[in-house]
Amino acid sequence: MIVAVAGLVVAAALPKVGVPTFYVSLLTQTFIYAIVAMSLDVLVGFTGLVNFSQAAFFGVAAYGAAIAATRFHVASFGGGMALGIATAVVTAAIFGLIALRAEGTGFIIITIALNQIAWGLAYQWVSVSNGDNGITGLTRPPLFGLDLSGNTTYYYVCLGALLVALLFLGALVRSPFGLVLQGLRETPRRMRALGYDVWLYRYLALLVSAAVAGFAGVLYAWYNQFVGPVDLALDLSTQFLIIVILGGIGTLYGQLLGALIVVFLSNGLSAITQRWELILGAIYFVIVLYAPDGLVGLGRRIAQRAQGRRGSLAPTEPLLAASGVALTAAEIDEP
Amino acid sequence: MGAAFYLQNVLGGLAYGSLLFLIAAGLTLVFGLMRILNLAQTAFYLLGAYVGLALVTHHWNFWLASGAAGIITMALGLAVYSLFLHRFHTDPLTSLLLTLGFALMLDDAMLALWGGDPQSISPPAFLSGSVQLGNLVFPEYWLAVIVISLAIAAVLFAALQRTMLGVIIRASVDDEEMARGLGVNVNRAFYLVFALGALLAGAGGLLGGPITSAYPGLDGELLPLAFAVVIVGGMGSLSGALVGSLLIGLVNAFGKAMFPEFSYFTIFVPVALIMALRPQGLFGRTP
Repeated sequence: MIVAVAGLVVAAALPKVGVPTFYVSLLTQTFIYAIVAMSLDVLVGFTGLVNFSQAAFFGVAAYGAAIAATRFHVASFGGGMALGIATAVVTAAIFGLIALRAEGTGFIIITIALNQIAWGLAYQWVSVSNGDNGITGLTRPPLFGLDLSGNTTYYYVCLGALLVALLFLGALVRSPFGLVLQGLRETPRRMRALGYDVWLYRYLALLVSAAVAGFAGVLYAWYNQFVGPVDLALDLSTQFLIIVILGGIGTLYGQLLGALIVVFLSNGLSAITQRWELILGAIYFVIVLYAPDGLVGLGRRIAQRAQGRRGSLAPTEPLLAASGVALTAAEIDEP
Repeated sequence: MGAAFYLQNVLGGLAYGSLLFLIAAGLTLVFGLMRILNLAQTAFYLLGAYVGLALVTHHWNFWLASGAAGIITMALGLAVYSLFLHRFHTDPLTSLLLTLGFALMLDDAMLALWGGDPQSISPPAFLSGSVQLGNLVFPEYWLAVIVISLAIAAVLFAALQRTMLGVIIRASVDDEEMARGLGVNVNRAFYLVFALGALLAGAGGLLGGPITSAYPGLDGELLPLAFAVVIVGGMGSLSGALVGSLLIGLVNAFGKAMFPEFSYFTIFVPVALIMALRPQGLFGRTP
């Protein structure tokens, strides 16, 4: 709690103490990515659904708001936001009908395919999405009369959005609904025996998660003032998942740390070298091999080693085992 | 849209589908056996295309170059498998993320080595002509690809059904623990199947080169098609991979011809139908 308040004070003070605008801008992106990662954590860490199409929800919302603004002159903050979120929820409603027919690894495969199909649509449906050129010329609409065109103002808006998302999702996972989701993560079969409609709860979790990811997607469209196919690429979905793993699965607030590292690392790498994708791929290897339980888990093992206890730096538990998402077990569990 | 239109797209779709089979066969067998979802499989295809092209420009015979490209890809695949993936075959998410990290690295290395421009690959001279049938003109090479891929498929099926190794692989797909318990060397089957998957994709890279050409991002474009094949056919089933490949190839060809803005989206239709009616895939077994 104290850490959270201190962090908030520091975050609020940062643009005022002469931090260069470049970093203010990167932090804004961090906040937006953290919201998406938290929405993904609700699925991965609390419901046991490893979704590889989170970027599709994020991206279609960005497209929804951008197309509404450039073609249909929806110029208000609330209007663009509502349309963007609605696009994401409709997409999730369709994806869910297909992907939730499967479980475990099958769910992963189908969400990968669905994400790629959404990307293909954005890339090829030129008359609507403008193809690879994307949609340009977006302007940030005013919020309650407040002009958001300045980067510092927008930084505060996104910081506020992050807090709203954190409080909302935190309350969600502690609510009776959230407790059912956690039950589904642990033993879907037992929950079914208790009379819960497993499919329906998973479907609702997917819709809520997509709505929050869409909320972030619209913020991102206005942040970048550009929307293109990269904003719903499979690479981005993976990046969100890496943030969740790095921040710690099932922690929600940890995703801010994960997003901070991934955003600064990928921007820093692309600034110093052309071969940054090579390094990013190698970093995936390192994270998956050495920190599948997040930075907290890695730190704990390093500390144990420093105290002279023997042990490997690599964890012995398989990825996600800590949060109960043992995919093979989930598959065996279901008849 | 006369008969020529349909015939053209049927043949084109079958040619493309038979290439997809070379990619998806490895994908589905590796997944069925080891629960490893190899996201680098289409990057193996692209690597095969680039390596094969390099050999062909050094005056190698086309077929020899294709085999060599397959073997080089296989060596790389085996290195990655034995160094990293082998430890994680019970942990699908870890192995999936590792193959994804590897695909990123491989893509970037290929971009550094061969540049960003698309490279066209010409078929061997004696197949560079075209067949004329009424007002339909059809490249000879497409027919050759269909024949070669079907021949490879026939060999695979025969090996899987008739040889001892095939028996071991099928037994391990069905019940790995029981196979182990009976003293079968399951690990050898793992290495073999992963090698085979990489070999087929790598060799397929040059074979398919005259149809797909080679450029950065090709692997990303092929990936959803290969995944659609595995979803439609059923995970772990070789017959499913064959039928699924040809089906997705046809849907893709007609989609591109009839709805050019939605060619990717059209493969969504069979995927959605299969998930609604038969979630385990056409040839998949109920778990």
